[in-house]
Amino acid sequence: MACALALALDRPMTFLDCDVEGANAHLFLGPEMLSREEVFVPYPIIDANRCDSCGKCVEECQFGAMIRLGKKVKLMSNLCHGCGVCRLVCPKAAITMAGRPVGIVHSGNAGLMRFYCGELRTGEALSVPIIRKIKEQRDDLVIIDCPPGTSCPAVESVEGSDFALLVTEPTPFGEHDLRGMITVCRRLEVPCGVVINRSSEDDGIIEALCKAEGVPILMRIPFDRKVAEAYAKGGTLLEAMPGIKDRLLDMFLEIRGLRR
Amino acid sequence: MTKIAVMSGKGGTGKTTAVASMAWYSDGLVLADCDVDAANLALTMKGRLRTKDDYKGALKAVIDEKLCVECGKCEANCAFGAISDFRVVDIHCEGCGACRVVCPAGAVRMELRKSGEVLVLDTDRGPMAYAELQPGESNSGKLVTLVRRLADDLSESDGLDTVLIDGPPGTGCPAIASITGVDLILAITEPSRSGEHDLMRLIELAHHFSIPICVAVNKWDLHPGVTREIEESCRRQEVMVVGRIPYDPNVNKAIKAMRPLPSQFPDSPAALELHRIWKEVISRAKDRRGSGLVLKLE
Repeated sequence: MACALALALDRPMTFLDCDVEGANAHLFLGPEMLSREEVFVPYPIIDANRCDSCGKCVEECQFGAMIRLGKKVKLMSNLCHGCGVCRLVCPKAAITMAGRPVGIVHSGNAGLMRFYCGELRTGEALSVPIIRKIKEQRDDLVIIDCPPGTSCPAVESVEGSDFALLVTEPTPFGEHDLRGMITVCRRLEVPCGVVINRSSEDDGIIEALCKAEGVPILMRIPFDRKVAEAYAKGGTLLEAMPGIKDRLLDMFLEIRGLRR
Repeated sequence: MTKIAVMSGKGGTGKTTAVASMAWYSDGLVLADCDVDAANLALTMKGRLRTKDDYKGALKAVIDEKLCVECGKCEANCAFGAISDFRVVDIHCEGCGACRVVCPAGAVRMELRKSGEVLVLDTDRGPMAYAELQPGESNSGKLVTLVRRLADDLSESDGLDTVLIDGPPGTGCPAIASITGVDLILAITEPSRSGEHDLMRLIELAHHFSIPICVAVNKWDLHPGVTREIEESCRRQEVMVVGRIPYDPNVNKAIKAMRPLPSQFPDSPAALELHRIWKEVISRAKDRRGSGLVLKLE
């Protein structure tokens, strides 16, 4: 939906793929990648000569990233959030903070678009610092492809937006997860609207939720094996469903009226 | 104990449908829904509630404005930008306590708040552990670890050897917490560019942690060409493809009926293939029991 909307608009804008655990937008937009920037998060370096293993850092670390091994203190780097509380509490000033690479932000151009996407290093747990880096971009029009779920990566991606377009499907699964996302948008004070994907005659389960929550349904994409086949081939919605372009442009105008 | 995690990388490829169907074919197991952001398995595997407990996983800083001297040290030392105007922005606070440590006036205290619920259902195939994280809360990896531990306890207490995990999408914190220590990952993918791309990242993650992984292609006939390419990529990575699940309109009907596919459509093509995949996966997992690497994630 994010790619189809961007392609339909076909004007200067910035596209941010914030689904860094499964970045896919480049597959549909085919950007020419021009540069890459490494993303670092702070992490502590323990000076073994100064450390007397008092254990204060082990005690204060809320993420269990500092462990005592015999007479030494060791960092479990994949648990570290980089908060620096260990440095602050160390009575021997044995801890300094350095940068640890957790991933990369790639950028380039796709037609009139500036394109950014992130890549999480394999085995790294934290995607939020990469999302934060991607979101440093500013433009008159920014479309953000957000990650699934309702926890930190989704929150970080949606926050500060003028409008959130929530894509769902008319099943109990879709309804359950959409309910969570509407709550997130409320907490972030971001207005939202819904697109029902794989829509059928029976969208009642989503319609009821949207009515109860006062959230508008902006578009329905019918369930069609041909659409699924075109998508499988790597085509966007625009290629799979001729005629959808005008509907996307209409929806964009509607969103402009609904935004914050 | 034999532990199997069903994962995908990309969301919406059919993990929950596969887990519910495979559970239907088992003669008793423990289920764990580790997609705590979007827990859907309970919608399909109905059952009686056995236990329900609050999950207090959100440690948040609170600044007492009566004690605050507005020195700004907390804001300067917060790595998450969670303090502005001498107040804590809850949604960004990761609960590290740096602000409490640096406050010269003792104005910051840490509060442990409820951020979700952990539940056990008795389904007709065995107990199921799952959690509902409140929308917008963090620490989903820690909650996944809690659900996993609960499932392990249920396996012991109920004398059921197999633990089947419905995993989250992605490859980050909750995904890592879901696969650590399992005997086998079953990756459910679909024949699309995005499905293939995310599968390759998942395979990389599995190899990174030395966890055996096998693959099933869902809706394979929507694009046989891409399916063959995915299978070829798997072969290059020495990853076994254990099955091809055909596109089957009954799957959507079963989801809408909120029941496992084989309970509604026992002879449907997708159900029959999932039955075959289950037999293959369970025998492979038992062969490899205990070979998974245990990684501590809290």
